[in-house]
Amino acid sequence: MTDKTIIEARDLDLYYSDNHALKGVSIAIPQHQITALIGPSGCGKSTFLKTLNRMNDLVPGVRITGTIEYNGEDIYGRDVDVTRLRKQIGMVFQKANPFPMSIYDNVAYGPRTHGIRGKAKLDAIVERSLRDAAIWDEVKDRLNKSALGLSGGQQQRLCIARALAVEPDVILMDESTSALDPISTSKIEDLAMELKSRYTVIMVTHNMQQAVRVSDNTAFFLLGELVEYGETERIFSHPQDKRTEDYITGRFG
Amino acid sequence: MNSHESITAPLSARRRTWNGAVRALLYAAAALICALLVFLIGYILYRGVPNLSWQFLSSEESVINDIEGILPSILNTLYVIVATLIFILPLGVGSAIYLTEYATNKKLVSVIEFATETLSGMPSIIFALVGMMVFCQAVGLGTSLLAGAFSLVMMTLPTIIRTTQESLKTVPQSYREGSLALGSGKWHMIRTVVLPSSIDGIVTGCILSIGRIVGESAVLMFTAGMGMRMAFGGDTVAKFLDNFFGAAGSTLTVSLYVYAKERADFDHAFAVAVVLLAIALVINLAAKLAGKKLKKN
Repeated sequence: MTDKTIIEARDLDLYYSDNHALKGVSIAIPQHQITALIGPSGCGKSTFLKTLNRMNDLVPGVRITGTIEYNGEDIYGRDVDVTRLRKQIGMVFQKANPFPMSIYDNVAYGPRTHGIRGKAKLDAIVERSLRDAAIWDEVKDRLNKSALGLSGGQQQRLCIARALAVEPDVILMDESTSALDPISTSKIEDLAMELKSRYTVIMVTHNMQQAVRVSDNTAFFLLGELVEYGETERIFSHPQDKRTEDYITGRFG
Repeated sequence: MNSHESITAPLSARRRTWNGAVRALLYAAAALICALLVFLIGYILYRGVPNLSWQFLSSEESVINDIEGILPSILNTLYVIVATLIFILPLGVGSAIYLTEYATNKKLVSVIEFATETLSGMPSIIFALVGMMVFCQAVGLGTSLLAGAFSLVMMTLPTIIRTTQESLKTVPQSYREGSLALGSGKWHMIRTVVLPSSIDGIVTGCILSIGRIVGESAVLMFTAGMGMRMAFGGDTVAKFLDNFFGAAGSTLTVSLYVYAKERADFDHAFAVAVVLLAIALVINLAAKLAGKKLKKN
């Protein structure tokens, strides 16, 4: 991994009140690659993902020590504007969460939030984002219809389009395919692979085949610790830690 | 215990009777409610409509000319509704937003919620007493519609806070997260995602509050007066404003009381009742329509 590091965590500890959810996590995530975070439920992988755009701030009683640097700046630093950070580091959630508005307004929501007005400009952003999320052809004739009428897979791709519309640098995907059928899942996997030429993608997944298919690097979490991290191929063919081997061979999970 | 029963076997006699009885009871309850409603509305219309006339609606009463009229009461009613809503909407929705979206001290929030719940269940005559002592006397508004409106603000604020809070709580957390994750500030998120999704509840709160305002008599008798003469108007601007803010008089509900209990004039009391029903209907429909419009935008 000689590529440029975009996000680097050092000695990251996170507590939910008394629960020590992340223990001394240090990891350097390279730019323009897909990094998969795997591990059993409750291992801290989603928690770690949410520290990267500070969505954990919403949880009462959360405490964090250590540092996370994004392009060399501490994202938990004193002067950080969280809205700016989240504009740079977008997120797609486990369950598709389109707003109860039209498809167009969903995609235009982010740009409008960041002050972009003007129909021509917004039209262009909406089309580009929907195309990038590979859903344009399916929705171009119904942009003014409610987004809630779309299927689950379409909703999730719409959410990806919505995230892309603010032109982020990094996209966090929190088990974004776990509620979808295999066809929708493979569409989103293809999408992720296409997006990595322009974006850095970090995805949490329960599905080890998915990690193998899609990701360049894999990080294995267990009980709040980062057990092993490296190139996906290497992790799945020659895991160095016994616990990683046990997990990927399906001995627990 | 484990015998295989045929799924086409008839239900036991006991279960059949039980099913039948429950169904009959539920039907009876529903029928009773419908009958009551039909009877109530029918009776009011039957007694009231014949006594309604354009003159009754559009004039001020005059003993000398022998004219009965409730125009002042209608205006007073609208005045009190608008004056109360102007205060409770921003205050009520604002506090509800604070309590559900901003407040971090959960214990304090639950204490406040308990207090508002208790307040909303308090008999209105207590608000009447307090309103009279505070707004009419201490603040010095005297017996006036404005003092009445302030007393009604105290009374209806808990209702609108609670209903707004309940509807804010039904907005899925995922909407909030989705908005914040795109880089929205908190207020932007609330304004663009949370409030539009909870507009139904806010409208319901308004309807309930208007219902209580229109239906309230005790509070207004104590604080706003029982006169049926026109309190608005004036030849000069200063006088007009003075009258506007100092106006006292009866709302429709209080007028109904005056007709029925002080004058034993039931014909006109029922005519007022018809007007009250019509106002309640129109306001409910208008609020629903406004809610739909707001939701679309």
